[in-house]
Amino acid sequence: MSAQINSDNFVTDLLTANNQDPGRLLQCLHAIQYRYSYIPKHAIDQLASAMQLTQAHIEGVVGFYAFLHTTPRGQFDILFSDNITDYMLGSRELMRWLCDRLGVEPGVPRSDGRVTVDATPCTGMCDQGVSILVNGITVTQVDDRRVVIIADLVEKNVPVAHWPAEFFTVQDHIFRRDRMLFSDTGKGEALHALHEKGADGMLDDIEKSGLRGRGGAGFFTALKWRFCKQAEADAHYVICNADEGEPGTFKDRVLLTSHSNCVFEGMTLCAGIIGAKQGYLYLRGEYLYLREQLEQILAQRREKGLLGKNILGRDGFDFDIEIHIGAGAYICGEESALIESLEGKRGIPRIRPPFPVTHGYRNKPTVVNNVETFTAAAKIASLGVDWFRDMGTTQSTGTRLLSVSGDCARPGIYEYPFGITVQQVLDDCGATDTQAVQMAGAAGSMIPPQDFGRAIAFEDVATGGSFMIFNQQRDLYEMVLNFARFFVHESCGFCTPCRVGGSLLKDLVEKLYHCRASRYDVEQMKNIGALMQRSSHCGLGTTAPNPVLDLLNHFPGLVEQHLSHDSYEPAFDVDASLQQARQITGRDDEGAHIR
Amino acid sequence: MTQTGMIKIDGRTITFEQGDTIIDAALRAGEYIPHLCHNPEFHPHGSCRVCIVEVNGRQASACTLQAADGMEVINKSESIMEERRNLLQMLFVEGNHICPGCEKSGACQLQAVAYFTNMLSPHYTHFFPRRTLDASHPDTVIDFDRCILCELCVRASHDVDHKNVFAISGRGINSHLVINSPSGKLGDSDFAASDKAAHVCPVGAILPKHRGYDQPIGRRLYDKQPVSIVGDVAAHEQDES
Repeated sequence: MSAQINSDNFVTDLLTANNQDPGRLLQCLHAIQYRYSYIPKHAIDQLASAMQLTQAHIEGVVGFYAFLHTTPRGQFDILFSDNITDYMLGSRELMRWLCDRLGVEPGVPRSDGRVTVDATPCTGMCDQGVSILVNGITVTQVDDRRVVIIADLVEKNVPVAHWPAEFFTVQDHIFRRDRMLFSDTGKGEALHALHEKGADGMLDDIEKSGLRGRGGAGFFTALKWRFCKQAEADAHYVICNADEGEPGTFKDRVLLTSHSNCVFEGMTLCAGIIGAKQGYLYLRGEYLYLREQLEQILAQRREKGLLGKNILGRDGFDFDIEIHIGAGAYICGEESALIESLEGKRGIPRIRPPFPVTHGYRNKPTVVNNVETFTAAAKIASLGVDWFRDMGTTQSTGTRLLSVSGDCARPGIYEYPFGITVQQVLDDCGATDTQAVQMAGAAGSMIPPQDFGRAIAFEDVATGGSFMIFNQQRDLYEMVLNFARFFVHESCGFCTPCRVGGSLLKDLVEKLYHCRASRYDVEQMKNIGALMQRSSHCGLGTTAPNPVLDLLNHFPGLVEQHLSHDSYEPAFDVDASLQQARQITGRDDEGAHIR
Repeated sequence: MTQTGMIKIDGRTITFEQGDTIIDAALRAGEYIPHLCHNPEFHPHGSCRVCIVEVNGRQASACTLQAADGMEVINKSESIMEERRNLLQMLFVEGNHICPGCEKSGACQLQAVAYFTNMLSPHYTHFFPRRTLDASHPDTVIDFDRCILCELCVRASHDVDHKNVFAISGRGINSHLVINSPSGKLGDSDFAASDKAAHVCPVGAILPKHRGYDQPIGRRLYDKQPVSIVGDVAAHEQDES
C-alpha cells in the first residue's frame, strides 16, 4: 500500500477556496471541525501537504484551540457557558439535568455519537439567562422547559437549523444610552469628514478628542495610529479585536449586532489615515452566529462605495475587511496573540517590543483596536471633537459601555460618561444588598462596598467593560474559584509562572475553599500571585492572580472563616488517600485511618 | 560602525553593541545571568523567565529586553534570586525530575541553575504528571517527564536542521512537545542523532542512547564548578561526545 493521502473533497475545496495559504490554517480547521465535529487525521495530512506545513505544526494548532478536537464530538456538540454569572443563574444544574436526560457524562460523546454536553468559558451572554452553544451557534434563555425540548430535539435528530427560531434570539438589552448609542452614524459621514480634513487633520482631531483604547489598557488611539502611519512598509493593516473574551463582557456583541456599520466605518477611517488596504475583524468563535449578518453588512457597504475599491469614488482609497473567526482561546484577545492566531498559528503572545504598530500582522505595521474604540473613532470623525470631549473626565474622555450582569434587576448594556461612580451603576441596574462588584472581568479587580463611591475611569477604577455584581448571599469563593480555573484553562502555557503558577494557585484556592488551608498556604498564595504579576510574559499571567489576591486582601474575614487551625496542612487529604488501600485490604478499623 | 552603549549590572558598567539584549551584553562581559531557554545561537524566546532581572525598577526577562544606554540592571539581589528559585521549583514540580535516577544528573542545566540559586527542595506540591518515554529511535531517547518546554529542540530543528521535527501542542498546563511523524514517534521521524536538535536540550529530555554513565558521577560538567563559570550544557556538547 502506498502512503497515498485519502483525499477528501470537502478539504480539497476548502484548500482551493483558501489558496492553500498557511495563514488561513485556523479558518480551514474551523470549517473542518464544523463539518466533521473533529479534525480527522486525513484532513491534517491533506492540509499539511497542500499548505507545506508539518503535521506536528497543525497538530499543535489544533491542540491549542478549545473548539478544535482530534477525536469526534457528538453530532450535537452542546456547550454550556461556564462563567460565574451563569453559575448564579443555575447553569450547572441545567447542564447536569440535560446530561441526565440524554444519558451522557460531561465532555464524553454518547456511545451512539449523537451528542456531547460540556462547559466552556463565558460566551458573552451573561444578560441572556443561561446560554449554550450548539454546534457553535448560540441558544439563549435555557431553562427547565428548554432543556426538555433540547433533549427531545437531539433524540429526534432535528438539525440545529430547524430548531425553534426563538431559541436563537439574542437581545441587545440596552438600558442606558448616552451620546454614543443615541447617535445614528456609520453611513459614510466619517469618511466624508476624512476627505475634507485630510489624514493628518483627522488624526489631529482624534488626538484632540483624547480617545483611549476601550480594550482596557487605555493607550491613546491617535498615538497608536500615528506610530503605525509613520512606520514605513509596503503594507499596513487594520485589525478589529472582536475577541471579546473577558468573562462578563458583552458590549462588543451589542455593537456588532446593532452598530456594526459604525465599527466598520471606524476601521475604514483608520485605514484611510494609516494607509492600509486590508483589514480584519477577528471575531471570537463564540459569536459565530453573528458572522452571516456581519458579512451582509460588509457586502452592503461595498455596494454603497464605503468599502472596496475607490471608496467614496476617490481614486486609490482602497480598503476591504475580512472576518476571521476564533476557536476558543481567551489569550487571543491579547493583540500580539491575536495576530499570531490571525496568521493561522497558536495564539502565543509575541515578545514586545517590537509592537504591532511597527511589526504586526505578517510583520507589517498594524493597528489593533477594540470594537468600541473603532466605533468611538467613527463617531468622533462624524460628530466632532467637542461632541466627544464634552463627556467624561479630563483623562478619560467620552463614554464607556458597561456590560452589567449578576445580581441585579436589569442585566444589560449601560452607557455612561466616564467618571460615573460604581454606586450609580448599581442604583440604575437595580442592584441591592451588594457584597462586591467584579470590575473588568476575571482579570480585573474586586470592588468591596467601601469603594463603591469610586469613579469608573482610567485614572480610578479602570474597566474593559465588565461589571459583575454579587449580592450578600453569594459565596465569593465560588467566583474566585471559577476565575482561578478559568485562567488555568486559558493560560497559553508559554511561560513558567502563568503555566505552572496558575495551576498551583488554583489548587490552593480549592484547598482554602474546602477549609483545609493554613496561614502558611495563604502566604504561599500571595507569593505565587506576586511572582506571576512580576515575571509573566504577558498580561494574562500578570492579571490572572488578581481575583485571588483581591479576596485575600479585601475580604480578610472570609479568609479567616475558611482557615484551618493548623499551621501546616498537607496538599492532599491523608485519610481519604488511604481509601483505596482500605478497600483492597477490606479493613475499616481505627488503625486503617489517619485522622 | 557598530554602535555601542553602556549599561550597569549590579553596579558594574559594561558595554553593549547595537542589537544586544541584556543577556547578550552580560554574558559577553562575563556577568552570569541564570537562564534555561536562552541559547545565544537562537532567537530569544523568553519562556522560562529564569533570567528575569530588575531594570529601572521594573522586571523583565534579560534574554528578550534590548539593552539601552544607561539602563541599571539588578541581577543578583536576594529578591530576584528568590523569584528565580520559585520559578525553578515550579519547573521541578511540573514534570517528573528525579535527579538521582537521571542519566543527565551532574550535566543538567536545570539542576545546575537550581544549585546556583540555592534551591534545596521543590517546595511546591508535585504535579506527578503521567508522561511517556519515546525509545523508538535507534540513537536517541526522549523522556517527556523531563521536558521543560524551552523549545530549544523546536528552534534547532527549524532554524538549523530545517527538519521541523518538533512542535508544541496543547495549551496551558497541558502544553507538551510533539514529534512530526506519522505515528508521532521519534523513530518514524527524520530526526538524526547528528542533528543540532539532539545537542541543545538543557535537561535530560533528549538523550543519546548506548552511552549511559560514560562519565561517572563526580566528574560531570557541573560537579566541580558552578554553572555561572561552566556556562550552558549545550556549549559543551562537543567535549561530551
